[in-house]
Amino acid sequence: MTTPQLFFAYFAVAMTVLSLLVVTRRSPVHSIMWMLVLFIHIAALYLFLNAEFLAAIQIIVYAGAILVLFLFVIMMLNLKKEETAKKYQAQWPVSAGIAIILAAFLVLILGKIVVLPSLGEYSIEAVKTEGIMMTTGKVLYTEFLLPFEIASIVLLVAIIGAVVLAKKRIE
Amino acid sequence: MPGTYIPSDYLPVAIIIIFAALVGLGAVVAGILVRPRRPYAQKLYAYESGNPPVGEPRQKFSVKFYIIAMLFVVFDVEAVFLYPWAVAYDKLGIFGFVEMMLFIFILLIGYVYVWKKGAFEWE
Amino acid sequence: MEMEATISLLDMRLLVPELTLICVGLILMLLDLVVRKKELIAAVGIAGTLVAMYGTYKLYGFYNPQAAFAGMFVVDGYSNFFKLIFYLNIILTICISLKYMAIEKASFGEYYALLMFSSTGMMIMASAADLIILYLGLELMALSTYILAGFMRNQPRSNEAALKYFFLGAFSSAFLLYGISLTYGLTGTTNLKGIAEALSTLSIMDNPITYLGLIFIIVAFGFKIALVPFHMWAPDVYEGSPTSITAFMSVGPKAAGFAVLGRVLFDAFAGMQVQWAAILVPIAVLTMATGSIIALAQTNIKRMLAYSSIAHAGYMLLGIIAGTHDGLTSTVNYLMIYLFMNIGAFAIVIMLRREGVQGENLDDYMGLSKSHPLASALMLIFMFSLAGIPPTAGFVGKFYVFMEAINAGYVYMALIAVVFSAISAFFYLRVVMYMYMKDPVKEVELTTSPSMSIALAVTAMMVLIFGIFPSILLNLVRLSILG
Repeated sequence: MTTPQLFFAYFAVAMTVLSLLVVTRRSPVHSIMWMLVLFIHIAALYLFLNAEFLAAIQIIVYAGAILVLFLFVIMMLNLKKEETAKKYQAQWPVSAGIAIILAAFLVLILGKIVVLPSLGEYSIEAVKTEGIMMTTGKVLYTEFLLPFEIASIVLLVAIIGAVVLAKKRIE
Repeated sequence: MPGTYIPSDYLPVAIIIIFAALVGLGAVVAGILVRPRRPYAQKLYAYESGNPPVGEPRQKFSVKFYIIAMLFVVFDVEAVFLYPWAVAYDKLGIFGFVEMMLFIFILLIGYVYVWKKGAFEWE
Repeated sequence: MEMEATISLLDMRLLVPELTLICVGLILMLLDLVVRKKELIAAVGIAGTLVAMYGTYKLYGFYNPQAAFAGMFVVDGYSNFFKLIFYLNIILTICISLKYMAIEKASFGEYYALLMFSSTGMMIMASAADLIILYLGLELMALSTYILAGFMRNQPRSNEAALKYFFLGAFSSAFLLYGISLTYGLTGTTNLKGIAEALSTLSIMDNPITYLGLIFIIVAFGFKIALVPFHMWAPDVYEGSPTSITAFMSVGPKAAGFAVLGRVLFDAFAGMQVQWAAILVPIAVLTMATGSIIALAQTNIKRMLAYSSIAHAGYMLLGIIAGTHDGLTSTVNYLMIYLFMNIGAFAIVIMLRREGVQGENLDDYMGLSKSHPLASALMLIFMFSLAGIPPTAGFVGKFYVFMEAINAGYVYMALIAVVFSAISAFFYLRVVMYMYMKDPVKEVELTTSPSMSIALAVTAMMVLIFGIFPSILLNLVRLSILG
């Protein structure tokens, strides 16, 4: 195993464990705190994929803003009762069984991964010489112009949704 | 693909994260080792010399906080999009300018809408 | 240095209908801030939709295939026909919701803007030739629909519908993204044509990871179309949402889901027809069975129509399974017919809603023919059509789908479909029986409005016209898809 692979293995295992911690904690606030650690690991994994910009966004938007939103929602709901109630539905063994089968299938087909011959236009070296922001900007605003503009409408709908669903008085 | 690249530029960041974790943990561990430990009922009370606590500290938050936070996230994402655009601005030319103006215009309408609806007001 | 851009702002010209709808949505949002009369907002919405429809019809030729944004976005007969469905869906939904939303005390201007944005998402899906565009279109459609489902803010039922729809929708999005990333990882492209090319040049069609990607993508679309076993959200969401939105989303997202299903399977995974047909066959059987059988037990008419919509998705799937362009034609034909008969049926359900009366139970239809013969006759037409009884359009739709399944060699599937179709006739005809053969137990008053009458007249007329002259519609669909 090479050093980068070791790092990847660490992040893969840690992220799996952290995700399990997020869904199994009794207190929702604890879940969120584990999620924070999870987000930071994801950011680090982006770094290892040479995606510095995504790593920064992961910290700023997810770990910074969205997590706070989650905390607000939890405090809004005041989940005192849920903490003492039963955590799982009666069917959870079935779900767990299906999940395990899917996981086993994924592991079994792992060897079938085909590695593509070419790395494409933006190799690590190319990105390094030009700078990650420059490459991201150039690709995002030319090749992916349409997705970018659609994203603005999606954000607009999110604004409307927040106002329509959560504002006390609207007329 | 994973397993071929090490972001060596970020070594200082990794070091500082590890260092910070060690300092934090070290303070706690050192405290446990050094401090004397003689608990009794009065001392374990939440406010040793204050009023006895009434009810739970966790209370329902108003939904107002949620709206503000949600709007913050949306405009935060907008700002994130501006960053690579600004860096690559020279290369994108008038084409890039127009598309970003379109993007900002659409969200500006959202901003006007939110403002007029009074979602920024603390009702 | 000026960059060489293969994509220019000129590419936007193919997006004119979508841009029109977005502009209309923005205008409605702003208009709502200054205008109090919702009728005006609704009228502007309908007018804008008609403009967009004209754009689709006239601008670049309805059947003429064209691509923009380096092949990410295509405008062809297939996508244009689906857009026609979406336009009609908006217009009919606006017509049936005006009075209704006022009764529900949820008459906000955002409602109409969200209808526009949601439909724009559907149109983007129909035109998407790239998985990224497809995903974004889907999210735009879905996010707007989640909000619309929860539009009756003071009713827990509606809140529940929005929440359930959101959670399962987000869950299905995760499936879609997983499928997309697996496919991208194997083929190195998100372009549908590019995927088809890579699958054959790299000869990875029998790679299990390709299957897995394909399965995940089908699962995600299955959620949107409400195929069994991905239908769990449908009954609760259809029951809890505002009825007009139930009508809207039983047609729009379903049609959009079929549009992308057809596009992805026929373009990107064309070489794996045997494999995806094998995945879809059991899903179709389960969908028809679950929809038809569970609907028998429903007493709430919205829930019944929800299960009916699940069953119809199963019939429509037969055309896709057939794997031929004729099969696809029959599915699209069915979708157009379904639009009219389903919105018509929901329009009658809406008419029974009054101040203080839900009017959603089967009992509310007892003896309706005595007090309201016209409304009952219309409901009779829609129920006959949904059941597939000639001379209504529903029969034509089912007939072509079943025939294409037989032509493609799926005789047993057609047989199964006929059996379940016969079973489902029971609960449609029960509504008719309640209306015509039972005595009224209570006074039923109908809420009517001019726009509602227009919607009912149009839907009923179309159901009859397409039922008696099926070739009008079928030729149009054929031209759109076969070119």
